[in-house]
Amino acid sequence: MTLLARKHVPLAATVGVCALLYTGAALRFDGFFSWRVGVDLLADNAVLGLAAIGVTFVILSGGIDLSMGAVIGCTSIVLAELITRCGLHPLCAMLLLLTLGAGFGAGMGTIIHLFRLPPFLVTLAGMFLARGVGLVISQESVHIQHPLYQAVSDFGANTFPGTSLRILPAPALVFLAVLLVAMYVAHYTRFGRNVYAVGGSEASALLMGLPVGRTKVGVYALSGLCSALAGIVHTLYTSSGSAAEAGKLLELDAIAAVVIGGTLLSGGVGYVFGTLVGVLIFGIIQTAITFEGTLDSWWTRIAVGVLLLAFILMQRLVQSRARGRA
Amino acid sequence: MPSVVPVARPGAPQPQARRLPALLWPVLALALLLAFNGLFTAGFFQILVRDGHLYGSLIDLLNRAAPIMLCALGMTLVIATAGVDLSVGAVMAIAGSVAAYLLIGHGVPLHAAIVLTLAACLVAGLWNGTLVAVCGVQPIVATLVLMVAGRGIAQLITGGQIPLFDTAAPAFGFIGRGHFALLPFSITIVAGVLGVAALLTRRTALGLFIESVGNSESASRYAGVSARLVKLFAYGFCGLCAGVAGLIAASNIMGADANQSGLYMELDAILAVVIGGTSLTGGRFSLVGAVVGALVIQALNLTIVRRNVQPEYNQVVKAVVVLILCLLQSAHGRTLARRGLAYLCRRLWSLVARLRGLGERRATA
Repeated sequence: MTLLARKHVPLAATVGVCALLYTGAALRFDGFFSWRVGVDLLADNAVLGLAAIGVTFVILSGGIDLSMGAVIGCTSIVLAELITRCGLHPLCAMLLLLTLGAGFGAGMGTIIHLFRLPPFLVTLAGMFLARGVGLVISQESVHIQHPLYQAVSDFGANTFPGTSLRILPAPALVFLAVLLVAMYVAHYTRFGRNVYAVGGSEASALLMGLPVGRTKVGVYALSGLCSALAGIVHTLYTSSGSAAEAGKLLELDAIAAVVIGGTLLSGGVGYVFGTLVGVLIFGIIQTAITFEGTLDSWWTRIAVGVLLLAFILMQRLVQSRARGRA
Repeated sequence: MPSVVPVARPGAPQPQARRLPALLWPVLALALLLAFNGLFTAGFFQILVRDGHLYGSLIDLLNRAAPIMLCALGMTLVIATAGVDLSVGAVMAIAGSVAAYLLIGHGVPLHAAIVLTLAACLVAGLWNGTLVAVCGVQPIVATLVLMVAGRGIAQLITGGQIPLFDTAAPAFGFIGRGHFALLPFSITIVAGVLGVAALLTRRTALGLFIESVGNSESASRYAGVSARLVKLFAYGFCGLCAGVAGLIAASNIMGADANQSGLYMELDAILAVVIGGTSLTGGRFSLVGAVVGALVIQALNLTIVRRNVQPEYNQVVKAVVVLILCLLQSAHGRTLARRGLAYLCRRLWSLVARLRGLGERRATA
């Protein structure tokens, strides 16, 4: 095996599992292999996917972020309150929240870098803070009524001209757009290369003269931005904001999706594209269990746990073999 | 997790000298919280003897804190080996479900059911330990598996329902609600577990092994300490503690709620361990500190409820506490704080001096 192939083994395995799951489900259930289910797969998992893209960068840089779910909840409730109670235009409010999300992430990143604290703990505090602030603002879910939201949900009901195929709704479009941007940033920009370098070895990156501190702060800011965007998409998807329900336990699913997507949690190795596949695997399992009807929802968690285990063990195998050759 | 590992700690007597202030802060925080409650709540420190049992806010505090204390005890040993266990909440849910399955579903006698439940939790802990110690997976990731799947397994066992123990096994309530020698039985359990853990780690070489593995795994391996066995023990013990906590939680509500039992317990437990002065980088631990840390968290919860503050502020307060503690734990943060304090003092002093000078000039004028 060449070096290139070994590098791609985890990603190839993920794509293989995803294809296998999809084919299996398509053979088992009528109507699974359809445009409609495909569109729903993207739209239903857009929130998870956006958060997972953000945390991919954090994990690539060798850190971890646990605050995504809480930031999503907080963003959704603040957005709902800003629109319904303060009468702010949704676009204004969204812009404000994106800035706040990025700032929140940058704050956590600064603390992690300046005080050399474990990212696990700092983002845990961030999670408590965001969830708490969201709950303090409102415990009930707030329904959003605004012409813009109506227009967005009407837009999603359209079909492609001349066919009966439904066009992609707004959450799916945002997800795909962010995915493309993230892939560009990760693989074709200086920032992206710095992220990989810092994740590979922070000491070497420092010795090479790379801006380690700026990169680390940037990575957490990016994750905060993605989470805030995911919160906004959540309000588009459900037309409401909720501090308690939006993004509940989502940080776990997002990290699981990233790991299943072939990104090493030790940092430095992985692809943003893998995260998309990981999220799709998650979505396919969930959809298949809904199609099955007799299976209960907790099977999703067990299935994801088993997949997570399989991928972690495979990663260990690939790593130890690579080390054995080196 | 940490990128910088503390390398050498020169001087043997230093840990002894450092342990005292390490325990001083959490005790001070607890005392402050209790004093605050005592000031604002009439009869807070009152303890009554009724029917041969002790009653009062303080006893209630201890009783409510029992699950956190137990999880924190297990977590302390895991963190001391430079690991972390994210699955304690899920294991608590599994414990409740297994107990319900055995007691309600199959009518197993209480003692056998408890032993079997704890055995299941021990297996869960050893599973984590195997992934970490044998397969060499990072602790966060390895325990994430059980954290994700554990609640699913618990719901699978109960069939997605909340089985109630009331009719099938009324004696089960003794674990969480019963009394033993004046005190609630759960406190007796915590004291027992603390005693066993302290005996094992401070009276045998095990504690030393745990600290050495946490300090440097390869160094302890060269010294002949089996890092694998030590880690397996730590994770197994943590699973067992979480199991006991799960039994207490299920017994408190007399039901096995797979969704809510131990939700976010892993966070509280880690927080308690950190408050207690155990370093997250491993290699140094304090069992008593973990217990005090758990009491601080429960006292914080209690204060917020008693002061009629919205319980939602609880999480905000916790976040601030975690952050401040983290900053104080990091050497860099301490230096910055000291420098900041020195700077403030200097500014204040120069201000005083200038004011004095102004006064003198006015007096001469």
